[in-house]
Order: sequence, then C-alpha cells, then structure tokens
Amino acid sequence: MKTMKKIKGTTILAAVIFLLLAALPFYMPMFRVSLFGKYMCFAIIALGLDMIWGYTGILSLGHGVYFGLGAYCMAMYLKLEAAGGNLPDFMSWSGLDRLPAAWVPFGNPVFAVAMAVAVPVLLAVIIGYLTFTNKIRGVYFSILSQAMAMIMGTLLIGSQAFTGGSNGLTDFKTIFGQDIHAPVTKIVMFYVTLLVLVLLFALCRFLTGRRVGKVLIAIRDGENRAGFAGYNTANYKVFVYALSAFMAGIAGALYVGQVGIISPAEVGVVPSVEMIIWVAIGGKGTLIGPVLGALAVNSLKTTASENFPELWSYFIGVLFVVVILWLPGGVISLKEIPGKIRAKLRLHREETSSAEEKIPDKTAVRSK
Amino acid sequence: MKKRTFGAIVLSAVLAASLAGCSGGAMTEITDKETNKTETASGSEEDSKDSIKVGILHSLSGTMAISETSVRDAELLAIKEINVAGGVLGKQLEPVVEDGASDNATFKEKAEKLLLNDKVATVFGCWTSASRKAVLPTFESNNGLLWYPVQYEGMEASKNIFYVGAAPNQQIVPAIEYMNENYGKKVFLLGSDYVFPRTANSIVKKQAEDLGMEVVGEEYTPMGHTDYTTIISKIQDVKPDFVFNTLNGDSNVAFFKQYKDAGLTPDEIQTLSVSIAEEEAAGIGASYLEGHLVAWNYYQTTDTPENKKFVEAYKAEYGEERVTDDPIEAGYDAVYLWAAAVEKAGTTDVDQVREAAGGIEFKAPEGTITIDGENQHMYKPVRIGMVNGEGLIDEVWSTDGPVKPDPYLESYEWAKGLSNVQ
Repeated sequence: MKTMKKIKGTTILAAVIFLLLAALPFYMPMFRVSLFGKYMCFAIIALGLDMIWGYTGILSLGHGVYFGLGAYCMAMYLKLEAAGGNLPDFMSWSGLDRLPAAWVPFGNPVFAVAMAVAVPVLLAVIIGYLTFTNKIRGVYFSILSQAMAMIMGTLLIGSQAFTGGSNGLTDFKTIFGQDIHAPVTKIVMFYVTLLVLVLLFALCRFLTGRRVGKVLIAIRDGENRAGFAGYNTANYKVFVYALSAFMAGIAGALYVGQVGIISPAEVGVVPSVEMIIWVAIGGKGTLIGPVLGALAVNSLKTTASENFPELWSYFIGVLFVVVILWLPGGVISLKEIPGKIRAKLRLHREETSSAEEKIPDKTAVRSK
Repeated sequence: MKKRTFGAIVLSAVLAASLAGCSGGAMTEITDKETNKTETASGSEEDSKDSIKVGILHSLSGTMAISETSVRDAELLAIKEINVAGGVLGKQLEPVVEDGASDNATFKEKAEKLLLNDKVATVFGCWTSASRKAVLPTFESNNGLLWYPVQYEGMEASKNIFYVGAAPNQQIVPAIEYMNENYGKKVFLLGSDYVFPRTANSIVKKQAEDLGMEVVGEEYTPMGHTDYTTIISKIQDVKPDFVFNTLNGDSNVAFFKQYKDAGLTPDEIQTLSVSIAEEEAAGIGASYLEGHLVAWNYYQTTDTPENKKFVEAYKAEYGEERVTDDPIEAGYDAVYLWAAAVEKAGTTDVDQVREAAGGIEFKAPEGTITIDGENQHMYKPVRIGMVNGEGLIDEVWSTDGPVKPDPYLESYEWAKGLSNVQ
C-alpha cells in the first residue's frame, strides 16, 4: 500500500510537469519556449544519469562526452546543409581544401541522426565493457570518466580543421530543409523534445519497475552480493551505462537543433559536472527528481543571471550549498518536510507529556 | 488520498486558467510572422519612447571576465557621456547589461534575450571569436546589430556586425612585415590552442612563405597552460630571429617569467605579441615584459588630444590605477560610432542605421577612424609598440595614416585559398 501511494505521488508530479511543459508555447514568448527546449534536453541527460548514478551507483563525471558526440554528429549534418555544397567556412581558413572523408556521409540527415545515437552507445559499450568487466568501480571509474571529458575537449580544440576548434560548429540555416529560425520549426522541435523526454521517462519508469531495475539497485547497494546471487553484474552495468549514453546522445542531437551551437565548452569537464549537479539537486534515484532538477536549476540560472548579471554566480553557488546541506535528498524530498515537521512537533508534544506517562513513541516511528 | 486529489484538481485548474488567459504565447508568433513579416526585432518600436535601450553583452563571470569587464566599463562610460551631452536623437540611452559567462551557448541565449525580449536598438559586446560566432546567427536571423570591439582573425563580414577592432591586415600582417624588416627571417610561432592563434598562424605561414621567411617552430598549448620550459628550450635550440606570440591570458605570465628565467632577453630573441595590451601587461608584470614588442592600433600613451581626454575620463570614472588599452578604446569608439550613425539615419532602425554608417568618421583616441561601408570594418592606424618599465607601451613604429580594412586579405596575392567565402 505504501509503495503504491508513493508511485502515485511522483506520477502526478510527472504528469503535472509534462503538462505544464506542453502548455508552454501557449503562454510564453518564443524565446522562452526555446530556452525550455534546451532545458528539456538537459532533463533527458539528467534522466539517463539518474539511471546509472541514482539506481546503479555509478558516478560518471564525463557524460559531456556522449552529449557532445550526439551533438557533433547532428551539427555536422546541419553545417553541411548550411554550407550548401561548399566547404564549411572554418575548414578553408584552417587549411583544408577538400571535405574530409569522415564528413561526407553526414550530408545525409538519416545517417547523421543514426550516428548521433550509435556513436555514443558504441563508445559507452566499449568503455563500459573494458572498465566494468575489469571491476573498475567507485571513485576510479569517476576519475576515468572525467579524464574522458578532458580528452574529448582537447581533441575537439586541437583538430580545428575537422571540428571547428574552440568556436565549435554553429551558424546553421536549415534542418531537414526547414528554416531553423522559423517559429514553426522551433515549436516542432520543442514538442519533439518533449515527446522524447516523456517516452524516455516512461522507458526508465518501466525498466526500474521490472526485475532489471531491482538488479540495478542491488548492484548499487551491494555489488558482490548481487554477483553471488548469480547475476552477471558487469553486463547489467554495461547495459545501463550504454542506455545513459544513448539518452545523452539523443539529448545532444536535439540540443544542437534548438540552440544552434555546439562547442568544446559545452562538452568538457565543467558541463559534465554540472549535469551531476542537476541530478543531485533534483533528488537522485527518483527519475522525476532529476528532470525537475535540470529544469529548475537551468531556469534559475537564466533568471538569476538576467536580474543580477554581476552577482548571479555567487547566488547560485550559495543555493547549491544550501540544498546539499539541508536537503540532501534533493528538491524532491521537500514533500517529506511537512511530515518531518509534524513528526517533530508530535515528538515535542509527547516529550513534554511523556515526562509523566512514558508511552512508547509509536507515531513518530510510523511517520518516518 | 483526499488531499492529493484536491491538489491535482487545483493544479489542473491553474493549468487550464493559464492556458485560457494567455494569448501572447509563442503559438501566436507563428501567425504573427506570416501576417507581419517586416517587423524586426529592434528599432522602430523604441523610437516612440523617450529612451533608447542598448544591450551590453560581455563575460562578467568566468575566465574572460577579467578582460571583458573593462570593455563594458568603457562602453558604459561612452553611454554616460552621450547621455550627459543630450543623448541620441534627443533620447537618453538606457543600457541593458547581460553576462555571457565566458560560455558560447550562454552568449547566444543572452543575445536572443536582448533582441527578442528587451528589443534593444543595438548591442555592444563579445570578446572571443567563439562568442561572436555563437551570436552571429541570432543577429542575422533577427536583423539585430552587434558592435564587436576586439581585433580578430578576419575571414568574416556579416552585415549585422560592425567590427571596431583590427582586421588581420591592420595588425598581424603589418606586424610580420615589420619584424621581417627589422629582426630577421626566422620566426617561431607560439599560441594558445584555440581558433584565433591557429587561424592567425595559418595566415602568418602563407605570408612568411611569400616573404621568403622560415617558420622554425609552431607550438600550441591548452588555455591556462603554465609550463613553458620545454618550449623555451626548443626556442633556444632553433634560435629564431623572433617569436610570434598568440598566447592568451594567464599563460603569458608563465611564459614570460620562464623566458626571463631561462636567461633570454628581447635583445637576444625578440618576441611580438598580439594579445597582450596594457591591461594584460599589468597582470604579467612590467619587469618580465620590458623591451618586448606588441602590435595594436591604440596605446594608452597614444598622443592625441582625444586620447588625453579619454584616459582622464576613464580614470576619473573607474580609478587612477586603471589603464586603458586597445579593446577598451574600441568599445568606447563603438558606442560613439553607433550614435553617429543613428543621428545620421534619424532612426534606430537597423537597416537604415547600417545604410547611414558607411563613411562615418569619428575622432577616436587612436586617431580618426572611418567605417568602411562595404565590409563594416574600420579604417584604423597600425602601431607597433614596446613595453616600458611601467607596463605601459611606447609606440616604436606606425603607419602613416589609417589602413583600409581587408578582412579576407583579398588584396594579398599570397592569401588566396585562405577563404572560399564571397
């Protein structure tokens, strides 16, 4: 009964969030809608990270890599379409006179979208297989993933002729033949992103409700025990790691279409850590928490920096500290606060009265 | 359970109310776009009020903040001066400041906010090429106007951007010519690993080939790199006639300190830097930089009556210890150039301002600068300077007058193939 109720609560919250998002274009100007389109891409990444961190206990500090791979695959297509048969501008001033062979197939949108998903998954399977079967876990895995993000940034900047260097890829004109700046295109991309977010949320919900989800939690809480129980934990970890890479890759592809730029600054160490912050703030291991976290943290960042361009970064920093100190369960644990206060009050009342009565404190235990 | 149902009802009621009550959403913009295509993001609307909103978009946080906040200060100073003198078209300028946070995507987001939300008449902003490239599509698709205050690698001429800093033929190319004549033919290229140094060096390599010079080394280090001992020993091995330095930011502190520690002096192997101005020189320390060369269009010591006035005003506003330098001056000029174009056009409408801007002259601290209506860059004088013991820069050479901007280096035979654009 208790779990039933809990699921119901988060489902209602999820439904409300998604409905509010769906209604956005009806009451917010285009510019704000596009911003939320971007936040939803971040929410998709956060969802994937929750699967590996919140449920399986793998802390990846390098998901910018998968996000970046998805984004760059899509951006290559958009850049080629914008160049309209010519050599993209950055290549000519970086000393290339012909389109590199690796770029050629990305002229095809279907190929590009497929690669935006396949490349992150493939890399994740390889990295996951090599690390998890070798029992690299915990902080060692986190360090390794962070190193990957650094390598990715350096590679992208270093090979300017192929990647646009620190400028990244930008100045797109059309997407699938449609004007990328037209309001219609933007609205369509917004709803596509929302749809993907809802579908992936449902998928994660489905998985965590099945046996797979239970095994993942078992791995998080005691990997050796799960292994002794007969589960090949490495396989499960590779699977969930690839799943989160898949989601980050999709988010990257959707991001590029809406934001119109991808550069090494968006895929390196700092953004990778920021992704973890969204999950932590939202409340890990709850699926809807990280979605809420990504949406809320980024909206707040925008609002704060618009209103206090000089001071906003301190403001956000203080807020993070406050949340981590007093709300370790994330924003989603706010719902427990009234209960906690009630319990405290009851405890207090009973303590004052129990001075003479000494009755065991049943209610406080139950409400926990 | 009851409470939850009640909550859900309240929420859905709120949702329904917000759906019904609002008509200004993005959905309406689809139809708006079709019925009223001529509406631009900026301009006309603001003309009816008694103030004109202008955007300022620089990094006020993150790694670029140290450079960009000074440019913002100069732009705000110019706006203040113009307002005191009666404003533009009789209206006061109202700056809207946004923080690009040293992040390309944030720059883009804030550019959209300024154009679409605040509907500013123009924007002064950006420093890195990456941030300019990030906002360029936003300015083009919304027909906004950006005034960019920093020298850069060229190969760009958007009709929605005015480039107030130097094009490569107003800094890099004459600098290499000067070094070739005065120091010798062996050049060592050293830069931070990002677009400006790499592109600048690809220009230098072509030019060096044309001048019969020899590139004896080319090294890039990541942003923020601080160990230059290996590179310095390479420099000592190959003994170039000069080092062409495009390092950025903190790396310069480490490089010049270790350069001196290794016993190298500018008399032995000279360096020429294109990213070190007075502001950076103060950070690096005059004792390490003394005697080294830089190339810009303006120095704090530039001897014009306008500059005397500008330096005094800047120090009076922000403190005696502050210095002025090339990008700071360009940011200041940008505001005056825009104001002059608006006065000439009689409106802040972007198309008309652009039309009016060509040929506008401004008596800037660096000397008279003129807007080239073709590529929207400036005619500027070029100056080679030497850092002195106080960290200021003394001019050692300059062009006779302003140089015509040539962002694509089309007037140079050797530069063919660097750009396929236009």
